[in-house]
Amino acid sequence: MPDGTQTVVEMRGIVKRFPGVVANAGVDFELRRGEVHALLGENGAGKTTLMKILYGLCLPDAGEIRVHGRPVRIDGPRRAIALGIGMVHQHFMLIPPFTVAENIVLGLEPRRGPAFDLSRARAEVAAISERYGLQVDPDARIETISLGMQQRVEILKALYRQADVLILDEPTAVLTPQEVGELVEIIRRLAASGKSIVFITHKLREVMSVADRVTVLRRGERIGTLRPAETTLEELARMMVGREVALELTKEPATPDGEVLRLRDVSALNDRHLPALRRVSLSVRAGEILGIAGVEGNGQAELVEVIAGLRPITTGEIFLGDRRIDGLGPRRIHELGVAYVPEDRQRRGLILDFSLAENLILVEHRRRPFARGPALDRVAIHRHAERLIAEYDIRAAGTGSKAGALSGGNQQKVVVARALASRPRLLLVSQPTRGLDVGATEFVHRRILTERDRGAAVLLVSLELDELLALSDRIAVIYEGEIVGLFARDEVSEDELGLLMAGGRAKARR
Amino acid sequence: MLALKRIRTKPFWREIALIGLAISSALIIGGVFVVISGHDPLRAYLALIRGAFWGWYNFGETLVYTTPLILTGLSIALAYRCGLFNIGAEGQLIVAMVTSAWIGTWSGIPAGLHALLTLLGGMVAGGLWGAIPGLLKAKTGAHEVINTIMLNYLALYLSHYLVTKPLIAPPGMAPVTRTIARGAMLPQFLPPSRANLGLLIALLACLGVYLLLWRTTWGYEIRAVGLNQEAARYGGIKVARIIVMTMAISGGLAGLAGAVVIQGVQHKFFDLFAFPGYGFDGIAVALLGRNHPFGVIFGALLFGALSNGALQMQSAAGVPKEIIGVVQGTIILFVATEEAFRWFLRSRRRKHSVLKEGEKVGVSV
Repeated sequence: MPDGTQTVVEMRGIVKRFPGVVANAGVDFELRRGEVHALLGENGAGKTTLMKILYGLCLPDAGEIRVHGRPVRIDGPRRAIALGIGMVHQHFMLIPPFTVAENIVLGLEPRRGPAFDLSRARAEVAAISERYGLQVDPDARIETISLGMQQRVEILKALYRQADVLILDEPTAVLTPQEVGELVEIIRRLAASGKSIVFITHKLREVMSVADRVTVLRRGERIGTLRPAETTLEELARMMVGREVALELTKEPATPDGEVLRLRDVSALNDRHLPALRRVSLSVRAGEILGIAGVEGNGQAELVEVIAGLRPITTGEIFLGDRRIDGLGPRRIHELGVAYVPEDRQRRGLILDFSLAENLILVEHRRRPFARGPALDRVAIHRHAERLIAEYDIRAAGTGSKAGALSGGNQQKVVVARALASRPRLLLVSQPTRGLDVGATEFVHRRILTERDRGAAVLLVSLELDELLALSDRIAVIYEGEIVGLFARDEVSEDELGLLMAGGRAKARR
Repeated sequence: MLALKRIRTKPFWREIALIGLAISSALIIGGVFVVISGHDPLRAYLALIRGAFWGWYNFGETLVYTTPLILTGLSIALAYRCGLFNIGAEGQLIVAMVTSAWIGTWSGIPAGLHALLTLLGGMVAGGLWGAIPGLLKAKTGAHEVINTIMLNYLALYLSHYLVTKPLIAPPGMAPVTRTIARGAMLPQFLPPSRANLGLLIALLACLGVYLLLWRTTWGYEIRAVGLNQEAARYGGIKVARIIVMTMAISGGLAGLAGAVVIQGVQHKFFDLFAFPGYGFDGIAVALLGRNHPFGVIFGALLFGALSNGALQMQSAAGVPKEIIGVVQGTIILFVATEEAFRWFLRSRRRKHSVLKEGEKVGVSV
């Protein structure tokens, strides 16, 4: 709870332009002592820019910043830290082979003479983690601890530098649901001890659960600042997107047809040659969405890979219709009508240095009309790209723009457009909305439903239960490589699924 | 969220300017060495330029050096597009030289056909020598840098053996092969210089590689593997096969360089006392040419001119030609550390206007 009205940071009329874009168009922002202030907006709304200005990573073109009432010019992170402002970036800035304690004190190392005083560093880290209730093992190496732990280390790093203002940039993007819960606890404790926290996010539910106040940005402008208690999810969504958004998907009941995909007793190993799938059997019918629920790392990635032909199986068989497809290569399987939206668009879905047009033909690049024999048909490739850019509303300068220059949402549209353009019989979708804002998420969800209604069989893997419950017609739970439950959507609750995902047993139902 | 990330914008003219800056800085540093060696740098460089370009003979000899460098540069550039670092162009060149020198001595083959066969023989030998590290990389993951370096030595010592034993020209006094048949030679077009048809072959190879990379499905797959192997695999591309194929083509191009040296210039294989160096200089040529098939032509011309001009400079101005080795080395150093230049240019601009920071920051919305 905010302990009153003491203003710590005040930003007035902040303007920041980049070539072709106004990131902040005169934004006001006020942060009070002891409050958790969410900064809500879609991708590209200017949230991160505003906070980068506060942290000294870029200078505003116009506007004024006051810290504790005094006007300041923050021309670098050093200045920001001196003013008691710390920032935890979306991508952590830690040194993997160093220990937790070494990372925290880095740059401000306690010394004994000229030597680094490791024992004092450890003691100081232990004291500070004790004080704020952030348990870490000071001797663990960063490369061996989870992302959630790494985030704690980042927070401790800021606290060690005596930050009173803590900026967290999309802090939940990399966390599991349990870790999110722990983070919320930590944030509350920090606020209670008088720290002020800026929480950058595009997730509405997080705003509701953690923030004392929320400032909504849209296209570089401040739309409003309000208290979550006095508003609704729908209103926040409208402020953020600028139009009515359907938070609940409306969908027709499924009218499933014949079986398209069938797995019988399929096992496979992961990259470390340990069992990842154990005798998995399941089937997906035309016109239905089968959701796969599970905590990350329980075999769902491998499951999709074996179907797509990217990973060999050790037992069992996989059928597409009547045809056995295990043992065929990914291109052959694609040609038989399987399209794939992989979970990591930057690493697996796209070639970031390829143009949009080149990315949009990947997998299909040897087929007509894109290739005649070995020769690429550049006109056909260009036309194909133009058509998909228009159809999927991909925001890009042109078909020749590099995929890496697009925003995350637009990158995902490219991957989805490519998969759907082939009108697949079976659509494999893995984490389709990770890191996307509300508008883009809604778009992707609609397209997946459209595919289902067209008669495609859809296998959907997601870590977000909300997404699975909204889209799936049936849900299977995977735990340690086994299917531990299979339900019709209407027969199962979130709690039941959560229990199974954590390893509790239940009887499978059809 | 407004994702701010540095997008490397590389406008064509900036690129040219940076390379020009590297070259002129290297020449200045080389000039310092000329002064230290007790000569007049202006006279030395004038002699260098005269030696490289003045008159048809000198220009022709520059082309003699340039021709194999285009091909080895192209070989390395192509491999690099696939994410492979082919240090082995040197060895691929050597096996091709020996092979061509051998095939060239066959008798009873019609003139033009013999030249073609000799050329192909060198190419295939280089291609096979390049495919070995490709295969090792694809099958076992063994790094091509290590294996190509080792294969360079294998090629060098194998050529020692071949030229001193089975292929030695009678009566066997000197370690050298017989002169190849007239019908296997590439015609020279600027006599008395030894500039020859190999230049045209090299230029056609550049065009060929350009078309391969950007107009065919194979080139698409090569570039995809080079940029993101994981995504290429997800895109149904057989990564291992592409790696072997690219290394074979890359080796074939280096092999072509070896064949051209034999057929156009030497007409026989002389025992090598050390690596001939075309393969290693090819790395610098590829670097200068930004790994683009047309860029390597200019890189090769620069290095060819420096090598040839250095000889003339030594005889005309008495400046040791090793100075030019310093210049070449410095160019490589500067081009390789161009980031330092960029940084220098940036920090200068920052001093002028602090607020223009956003210029170098691309915005993806």
